[in-house]
Amino acid sequence: MKKDFVLSCPVPIIDRKNIVLGHGSGGKLSAQLVRDLFLPAFDNEYLRKLDDQAVFQAGSARLAFSTDSFVVTPLFFPGGNIGELAVNGTVNDLAMSGARPLFLSAAFIMEEGLAMEELSRIVESMSLAAQVAGVSIVTGDTKVVNKGSADKLFITTSGIGLVPEGVSLSASQVRPGDHIILSGSIADHGMAVMSVREGMEFEGAILSDTASLYPLVEAMLAAGQVHALRDPTRGGLATSLCEIASSASVGIEIDACAVLVREDVKGACEILGLDPLFVANEGKLVAFVAPEDSAAIVKAMRRTDHGAEARLIGKAVAEHRGMVLLNTEVGGTRVLDLPFTEQLPRIC
Amino acid sequence: MKYLDEYRDGRVAKKIVDEVKRSITRPWVLMEVCGGQTHSIVKYGLDKLLPEEVELVHGPGCPVCVTSLEMIDRAHAIARRSDVIFCSFGDMLRVPGSNGDLFKIKSEGGNIRVVYSPLDCLKIARANPEKQIVFFAIGFETTAPANAMSVWQAREQAIDNFSVLVSHVLVPPAVTGILNSPNNRVQAFLGPGHVCAIAGWAEYELIVDRYQVPIVITGFEPIDILQGVLLCVRQLEQGRAELENGYSRCVQREGNPSAQSMIERVFEVVDRAWRGLGMIPQSGFGLRAEFQKYNAERIFDVGHIHAVEPAVCMSGQILQGLKKPLDCPAFGRQCSPENPLGATMVSAEGACAAYYNYGRHLANVEALVEKS
Repeated sequence: MKKDFVLSCPVPIIDRKNIVLGHGSGGKLSAQLVRDLFLPAFDNEYLRKLDDQAVFQAGSARLAFSTDSFVVTPLFFPGGNIGELAVNGTVNDLAMSGARPLFLSAAFIMEEGLAMEELSRIVESMSLAAQVAGVSIVTGDTKVVNKGSADKLFITTSGIGLVPEGVSLSASQVRPGDHIILSGSIADHGMAVMSVREGMEFEGAILSDTASLYPLVEAMLAAGQVHALRDPTRGGLATSLCEIASSASVGIEIDACAVLVREDVKGACEILGLDPLFVANEGKLVAFVAPEDSAAIVKAMRRTDHGAEARLIGKAVAEHRGMVLLNTEVGGTRVLDLPFTEQLPRIC
Repeated sequence: MKYLDEYRDGRVAKKIVDEVKRSITRPWVLMEVCGGQTHSIVKYGLDKLLPEEVELVHGPGCPVCVTSLEMIDRAHAIARRSDVIFCSFGDMLRVPGSNGDLFKIKSEGGNIRVVYSPLDCLKIARANPEKQIVFFAIGFETTAPANAMSVWQAREQAIDNFSVLVSHVLVPPAVTGILNSPNNRVQAFLGPGHVCAIAGWAEYELIVDRYQVPIVITGFEPIDILQGVLLCVRQLEQGRAELENGYSRCVQREGNPSAQSMIERVFEVVDRAWRGLGMIPQSGFGLRAEFQKYNAERIFDVGHIHAVEPAVCMSGQILQGLKKPLDCPAFGRQCSPENPLGATMVSAEGACAAYYNYGRHLANVEALVEKS
């Protein structure tokens, strides 16, 4: 066989005639959809910022406005359910602008046959989550679709919050030199949901971290100068960092040893070949703060329920703008890039 | 985490790297055979820790990459059928055939499921007696025992609505193929740890003797890989060509006899087409005659589907270190991370994508790209 050994490898398909799951992954396909379809169609100054919420002036008040849809399978998972997620998800999107969340709407798309008992448990936990987060669910809607036209229950929540005077958080505020703080362990939610999906049989319980982050944000704003906040949900910590590096045009350096991953979560990720940096969280935030205030902010975070394990994980730099570098456990470096689509368990 | 953290210890890594630096006197080209090893190298940035005399070339051990276009087209033809539930390992879903990938077929109504073990397919088969359950049995010697077991168990349990589309490949013929290539630059191999855990290393001793090339059986954690590099470099510097086992916590000379016997019962060695390389004699597994009733290729009559592989890019030569990304006329033009033409541009960790990212963002491009 005197033939040159040449391998050509798989190439993902870019031009798609139909929506595929990757369009909802939070990675490059999602970004393409927003950039090529939604943004040109709806173009305005608020949307153009591509933040998790819009902040605008209404009379003398500055309001934050956000919306999010929840389609998680299964509806109940260790540590939470779709209802809690729907409340905390929108509350957190508001809180990431520094806003105090005030009011939510909730829309329910229900599949014919959904168990009333399940729905009532979900609604009860929404009520409890709203109470804990200090928001009122003040308007809503219900629709029922034929069996097979939805997967049991989809919930959409929208929310309005009040941005305190003097608070202006945005990726555009991030500067080289900023310290980067992570509020706790990563990948808990994604692996909790994965652990109860069909075909997975994990022993022991990995719990979702779903929680309202406003009290944590409030403590941070009081402790020092915060420039930008993100809650790294879909796409995980790495995706949030890539978005900030790109929109703030800074370089980012993260220390892998500083990023906390719980042992059981790490084990589950190892088995499936998933990178915890790209797995979803529902009760964590990553903050870019003025370096002189970072110690005080971490200290303040650690006094709160959802920031007890807060830590410095890296910094923004003036080099390699737009790019996130990870200093690995063994002293190497690698680039963290937006995933193309959702992570797939690897065979090799 | 126990049994993992000790193999990711930065201080140990530094000691091994220092030892490599002390031992090395000239450039050497090493190939890591497995996709899993490549993944670890880029995930932990090991290539950037090692002295520049060590050139790591990524090998053919990514089963998803080497599955032939023809076989993927056959899989897609089966997956499109309304009477089929098509089961696959996750990373196969993104691999394009001649007309789209499994994600596309799923979006058009195909019933595609990701499984973590082929034995899960038997559960799916029992739960869906009106459907045909087809498992895409790909991979090297590592996945073969469990895949064989699924067929064996289907017969034991008299499950008749289950079949496998087999495209198994074997490592030794691929390594021999690389060594026979007239342009081969590889001077030593980090051998495939998990493949050897199943198959043992007797076959690799023959390769070492015939080609006088060092092979060090290597694991997948950063320390394993650095250790494998060190053992290879020492052999090369001392003019030795031996088989060494750097992964003794998992691998024994005879491999895993019960796994081998399961493979032996269900599969036989056959000729197999590899993506980008074409047919290699005696380089894969196929179902034995007595298990042909589980052969999806026959059941769904897809054997007539043939595909011509387009020469899309030079990623194969880049993977071997024969060409640099900047040599490619498509680089940065038709081919970018958002619109990749080949493997090396697909992942952020591929050589072309690394060149592309560093080239856009850093002034001192050449210094960085030479090491990436």
